Amino acid sequence: MMLAAPVIAVVLTLIVGAVLFTLLGHDGFGAVVEIFVKPLFNLYRWQDLLVKAAPLAMIATGLAIGFRANVWNIGAEGQYILGGLAGTGVALATLDMSGSWILPLMLVCGILGGMVWAAVPAILKTTLGVNEILTSLMLNYVAIQLLFYLMRGPWKDPEGFNFPQTAMFSADQTLPMIVPGTLIHLGVPLAAAVALTAFAVMTRTITGFQIKVVGLAPKAAAFGGFGAASTVWIALMAGGGLAGFAGILEASGPFGQMVPQFPTGYGYTAIIVAFLGRLNPLGILAAALVLALTYVGGESAQTTIGLPSAATGVFQAMMLFFLLATDILVRYRVVSGRAAPAPKAAAAKEAEPAKGKAVAA
Amino acid sequence: MNLDLLVAILMTVAGAATPLLIAGLGELVVEKSGVLNLGVEGMMLIGAVTGFAVATSTGIPVLGALAAMGAAAAASMIFAVLVLTLMANQVATGLALTIFGTGVSALIGAPFVGITTPTFGTIFPEALTASPLLRLVFGHSPLVYFGLILTVAVAWFLNRSRAGLILRAVGESDSAAHAIGYPVLKVRYLAILFGGAMAGLAGSYYSLVLTPMWAERLTAGRGWIAIALVVFASWRPGRMLAGAYLFGLVITMELQAKAAGFNMFAPELLAALPYLATIAVLAIISAAKRGGANAPACLGKPFRAAA
Repeated sequence: MMLAAPVIAVVLTLIVGAVLFTLLGHDGFGAVVEIFVKPLFNLYRWQDLLVKAAPLAMIATGLAIGFRANVWNIGAEGQYILGGLAGTGVALATLDMSGSWILPLMLVCGILGGMVWAAVPAILKTTLGVNEILTSLMLNYVAIQLLFYLMRGPWKDPEGFNFPQTAMFSADQTLPMIVPGTLIHLGVPLAAAVALTAFAVMTRTITGFQIKVVGLAPKAAAFGGFGAASTVWIALMAGGGLAGFAGILEASGPFGQMVPQFPTGYGYTAIIVAFLGRLNPLGILAAALVLALTYVGGESAQTTIGLPSAATGVFQAMMLFFLLATDILVRYRVVSGRAAPAPKAAAAKEAEPAKGKAVAA
Repeated sequence: MNLDLLVAILMTVAGAATPLLIAGLGELVVEKSGVLNLGVEGMMLIGAVTGFAVATSTGIPVLGALAAMGAAAAASMIFAVLVLTLMANQVATGLALTIFGTGVSALIGAPFVGITTPTFGTIFPEALTASPLLRLVFGHSPLVYFGLILTVAVAWFLNRSRAGLILRAVGESDSAAHAIGYPVLKVRYLAILFGGAMAGLAGSYYSLVLTPMWAERLTAGRGWIAIALVVFASWRPGRMLAGAYLFGLVITMELQAKAAGFNMFAPELLAALPYLATIAVLAIISAAKRGGANAPACLGKPFRAAA
């Protein structure tokens, strides 16, 4: 059931999505085919798919580490923006220089930028006990305003005809393409490497064990000597660092400069990716491709059948709804109400929770 | 500062505070029953767009507000079925509801971008709003008064009525309430329904009163501020009123500073102010309380009947 639930969720999304969009007066079946099937048979779309899946997988990998520890960082969008901004800061300072050290420095600063933004909820949570859900989310709105401020003011390209955007990055500041002549940049293999590393950390190290124990049994974790505060920090630094990494990879890759349209909602979509991937880095790689498909297919459905761009978000949300709904099949076993004979009903019911737990393990 | 301007500012404060108050009171009741619904922002957006669509097509704003409540309540039922009947994770489901509401509202609202709608007038006769001071009392949108009445009603319900006592019992100890024979899930369904309707009404306030128009993501994160206010209010309706008006003041400062061409700060800093203020307020309240000591004991935990 662990693997079946996401598959069921996706299938239900396709069916219900087709019905829903038909009811709303669109070509529902056409929309599903256009979004979820057609891009798979187009080699160019596959490139786009990998390019969009990379940041989603990277952000989701970081978030999943937090979710496992019951640390609800939903500020990935802001951390992504800050990562992009921090790396852009390096790029603008080194615009007249050349050297192969520039790009790695940008990437490191991008990671640090995301971490700094995630440190705010971490400090507030560990020192004052402030709920990290609300603080991390509020910072998304602050990050967007910071981006707008920098684009309109200090970082605006002086030769950019007054457009609110930075100068284009130089060749030394741009991600190389790993397959010449395609869209596939260095960020794609990096995202896969990050997910594989996270998988190893989560399954093979004490740190990974600590995160899982704190999430599943906080009391046992406390007795075992795993600090709650250090877990919060690990979770938020992983989430913020990877979101920031994804941010600077996007800025130095597909964008090639910083623009006000930089935030595209990847930070929110990555939450869905994390859940659809069962909070498992390997599952997340697959889930990132599915969610990337909704972006790529959604874009082409706009031009081919005139589906509104908002349809993408609706499909994504439905996927998460159905996943959460089918999750009960993972945690509990369906038993027929008539299976237990009447006199033993009470005893059978008493045993039920135990059964449920056994299945969950 | 002359009286007219002062009254105008105070009225803006009430206007900015009202949707936060209404949505916040709804969420407060939901949380008192032991459920954390993070979908307020999504339900507000669904309310805002439904209210706008119905008010524009019928020409009657009241119908719009009622439809907004109905639509958001319907959306809240998706959340309720998932977290109550199917015992899904409340944080994740609430987030899903917000993502869903954002998408659905943008989808429904696409044909309505760029047109205006009939808005709520005032309910008192024109003569009563002649002088500035009278205007301060009688010149508001009906929803401003509704927000104040709702505060009293929720406070009375939670602290003085039997049903409110049961709701609090369910939120404090679901298994004990269940053992005594109270219908835990039914109470929570009703609480979520109420929270949804209030979020929808608050959303329609944005599209029918504050800015008589529809734009994607119209509520701009205000639903999240409403959730934060519940924590700030320590789950007390009276403090929710104070918190909502405090934030009304912060939002008004932003608007006034912009209108006055106040250039000492960047406009972006002013726009970020409500969110920064939310973080500051949460930090202060947590420092004072060491982590919301007043939170309902069963907040966010799924309930499964033992027998």
